[in-house]
Amino acid sequence: MRGLAVFISDIRNCKSKEAEIKRINKELANIRSKFKGDKALDGYSKKKYVCKLLFIFLLGHDIDFGHMEAVNLLSSNRYTEKQIGYLFISVLVNSNSELIRLINNAIKNDLASRNPIFMGLALHCIANVGSREMAEAFAGEIPKILVAGDTMDSVKQSAALCLLRLYRTSPDLVPMGDWTSRVVHLLNDQHLGVVTAATSLITTLAQKNPEEFKTSVSLAVSRLSRIVTSASTDLQDYTYYFVPAPWLSVKLLRLLQCYPPPDPAVRGRLTECLETILNKAQEPPKSKKVQHSNAKNAVLFEAISLIIHHDSEPNLLVRACNQLGQFLQHRETNLRYLALESMCTLASSEFSHEAVKTHIETVINALKTERDVSVRQRAVDLLYAMCDRSNAQQIVAEMLNYLETADYSIREEIVLKVAILAEKYAVDYTWDDVQGYAAKTVFEALQAPACHENLVKVGGYILGEFGNLIAGDPRSSPLIQFNLLHSKFHLCSVPTRALLLSTYIKFVNLFPEIKTTIQDVLRSDSQLKNADVELQQRAVEYLRLSTIASTDILATVLEEMPPFPERESSILAKLKKKKGPSTVTDLEEIKKERSSDMNGSAEPTPVNASNVSTPSPSADLLGLGAVPLTNSAPAPSSSGSLLVDVFSDSSSVAAPLAPGSEDNFASSSDLASSEVVSEEPADAVHDADELIHKFICKNNGVLFENQLLQIGLKSEFRQNLGRMFIFYGNKTSTQFLNFTPTTKPVDPIVDGGAQVQQVVNIECISDFMDAPILNIQFRYGGTLQNLSVKLPITLNKFFQPTEMSSQDFFQRWKQLSSPKQEVQNIFKAKHPMDTEITKAKIIGFGSALLEEVDPNPANFVGAGIIHTKTIQIGCLLRLEPNLQAQMYRLTLRTSKEAVSQRLCELLSEQF
Amino acid sequence: MIHFILLFSRQGKLRLQKWYATLPDKEKKKIIREIVQIILARNQKMSSFVDWKDLKLVYKRYASLYFCCAIEDRDNELLALEVVHRYVELLDRYFGNVCELDIIFNFEKAYFILDEFILGGEIQETSKKSAVKAIEDSDMLQETMEEYMNKPAF
Repeated sequence: MRGLAVFISDIRNCKSKEAEIKRINKELANIRSKFKGDKALDGYSKKKYVCKLLFIFLLGHDIDFGHMEAVNLLSSNRYTEKQIGYLFISVLVNSNSELIRLINNAIKNDLASRNPIFMGLALHCIANVGSREMAEAFAGEIPKILVAGDTMDSVKQSAALCLLRLYRTSPDLVPMGDWTSRVVHLLNDQHLGVVTAATSLITTLAQKNPEEFKTSVSLAVSRLSRIVTSASTDLQDYTYYFVPAPWLSVKLLRLLQCYPPPDPAVRGRLTECLETILNKAQEPPKSKKVQHSNAKNAVLFEAISLIIHHDSEPNLLVRACNQLGQFLQHRETNLRYLALESMCTLASSEFSHEAVKTHIETVINALKTERDVSVRQRAVDLLYAMCDRSNAQQIVAEMLNYLETADYSIREEIVLKVAILAEKYAVDYTWDDVQGYAAKTVFEALQAPACHENLVKVGGYILGEFGNLIAGDPRSSPLIQFNLLHSKFHLCSVPTRALLLSTYIKFVNLFPEIKTTIQDVLRSDSQLKNADVELQQRAVEYLRLSTIASTDILATVLEEMPPFPERESSILAKLKKKKGPSTVTDLEEIKKERSSDMNGSAEPTPVNASNVSTPSPSADLLGLGAVPLTNSAPAPSSSGSLLVDVFSDSSSVAAPLAPGSEDNFASSSDLASSEVVSEEPADAVHDADELIHKFICKNNGVLFENQLLQIGLKSEFRQNLGRMFIFYGNKTSTQFLNFTPTTKPVDPIVDGGAQVQQVVNIECISDFMDAPILNIQFRYGGTLQNLSVKLPITLNKFFQPTEMSSQDFFQRWKQLSSPKQEVQNIFKAKHPMDTEITKAKIIGFGSALLEEVDPNPANFVGAGIIHTKTIQIGCLLRLEPNLQAQMYRLTLRTSKEAVSQRLCELLSEQF
Repeated sequence: MIHFILLFSRQGKLRLQKWYATLPDKEKKKIIREIVQIILARNQKMSSFVDWKDLKLVYKRYASLYFCCAIEDRDNELLALEVVHRYVELLDRYFGNVCELDIIFNFEKAYFILDEFILGGEIQETSKKSAVKAIEDSDMLQETMEEYMNKPAF
């Protein structure tokens, strides 16, 4: 196209951006007039102008016309015109529905044309655009083309990948069917190009539908076996720099990673393949070209990935580790990078962890000498992965060393990793040292003329708690500490100032000698008459407290904060967020390790009821923002108050929840099924459905009570996560011995009148019916007591309310109209039919209460989303009361039958 | 899966962009700016792989042009390098000693060749013969030099 070439060279000759824009505007005006002109343009001109528009668009300018002309080109019989039309449509996707109709029409014609070149263009276009509209129009047609006997190979290849693209964007529109088994057999196709494309498709489909594609495993293994044993010339054009079919080999190895190790027969053959690949790595290269070694090593790394994935052949794992060890010292940076990366996953296998550890010196050296930050980053990752008790000190020391010179981009991550490793493998804490060090460091940092507000907060907290540890030094005497903090006071925001006021009252306790100075500050107008209510209240209360309280009371009220309760480590959460789900395993491991050996000091201990309260673990970290849930008065003997008077330290377990599988809930089922001798079967098992119903619309209260024991709950839920505080109160005056709840061990002795507390973390993995069971055993006066209660963790706890307009609601309501999505229940009212109470219950149930949505104002309508780890399920509900008949009709519509069913059951019980 | 492929010059001029995931134009422009900057800042001693968001960039320089593709975390980096190389070979075979100017003046051809080779972010045809043949077949249907010179220049 000469005109195009001239235009492009004009643009290239433009000396300035302005000149370029001028030239482009001139061209756009020209094209516009041609398109609008009276003279009908011939196909060639149309193609040329459309191509110019495309060029202008790719230069980064907006194009808002020409789509119609491009669509016209699609129906041209000339290949080159059609091709440009398709290119334009693919690059400048347009959402105009009239255009889409025309485009789809043209594609349909080309697909039906039986001309493989035209079919190819049409399939490329569908794959390039990949929109939902395209999927709706063609997802049914493409599988047919793919498996039809008379389809040309090249068209099959395009069809397979086109289908893959549609499946990725709109999986719901690509239903599995008869074609799936025939696609699997494409693995046997003679044409290696077809096999390659089909393997990509199958791999993605198999990830979501493993059962459906199970047969692909043996086919993939035999195909792979034929490739790795072939001579380098057997596969002709599919041999790439002396490596037979590297792309296909890698894809097959990847497909096999969707499945566990295969049956013994197939497995033997696969092991042979993997050994052959490992052997070939030791052979001298057949070519000096980098393409040869890249292709060969690509297959090798993928084979190692599969070996690691199977994690079952110690021999292969160790060989893989040795191979990677060689690469760690290779002169190619790329190979060193990949070896570090691959070894990281190898470190987590029990078979190869030790083998990986032998390379520690090389990895540390990489951290010091690699010139590429991405490689150093991999070295840090690997050190982190290979760290255990035996080498933790060395690794943490090296990381800290490196931190001083590390690139800014990875410093944060290194700090997080060091913090996690130090926390995980620390053998002992010399707390006083740490606290004194912290106080000293923060004091020094605060000397800077300009401090970040976060530093002031941290400083305020630490000095308030541990300032006494450095007060002996005249350079950091109490008054100096106070003046230093107070010099920052006026520059800070309200929450920080509130925190500082708390620091001041703590100082009154720690340093009586500066009490009057502090009282003067609290008494000043700017505090006592502060416009901010929180500041004013703190100033008034602290002033009062400092004036009337005796030293003893002050010392008690302002006692040092207790060790923080265990909860999900914020550093881990942060790292997880940064690095994605791959670190989740680390997290689980760390939790296990921690609960077993690190928590000695934080074991839950029963606290005598006469003890003075300490803040609850649910209070905010600094213990100042929220009023702790405490009650300093001695516990009255009424049983209800057991819940609020004493808080011990807490421990937590992670208890994932899955439908019907109690074994996921810690070890509860193990214990429940094991034989437990109950000498006195009183209260042995509680079918606590009744109890559960009480908790459906609320989160706190007494779960269980008999003459011996009271169990109270406080829980909170957000999205698919929850946290439950369980309080076990001994109502008797005798000790409970061997006290063992199955959620997680607590101190085995519970004194008479005392209370033990426990925190359980909850995660909703997917929707579920059965509540987890809590089994408790203890010995009371020589008899073994044994009881089971259901924990009131019900599906609706993972509701997040959704507000929506009436129109939206009914539109969604209609979308969920298939019989499986709707569940309805008509039932008699068990309680008085009070509108306000009903509203409160629907809100307590977790859904949003939508006002003015239902045309009948007497009805109640709600909407929300159930969050589980894997999916979110939108839920709509409608409750129609019939006052005359004292009946309700409750309708639930969700995208999942089981969810509709369960929610309907749960909610029906409430009215 | 390959998420996108970018070709740009040492001066940072974009020569080809191919997206296999749907993104708004504004986002694309932002990504292009960011990636060109990241890669031009790297020196030759460094590895060919860069972590970028949840993807990995794999790149290689051929004369004045950088070829960069973004792949997923689990994809094979070395093979992605060879994807780039194979594409260069295909361009070379088609244009004969391909240079940056060929790609500038025949950008549409560069796209067509890429479409024969990669579709929906996955390799479609790894055989050089088959992929180039598809293009050459279609070129039989294109204009001859004589026809070309007879066309108007505007």
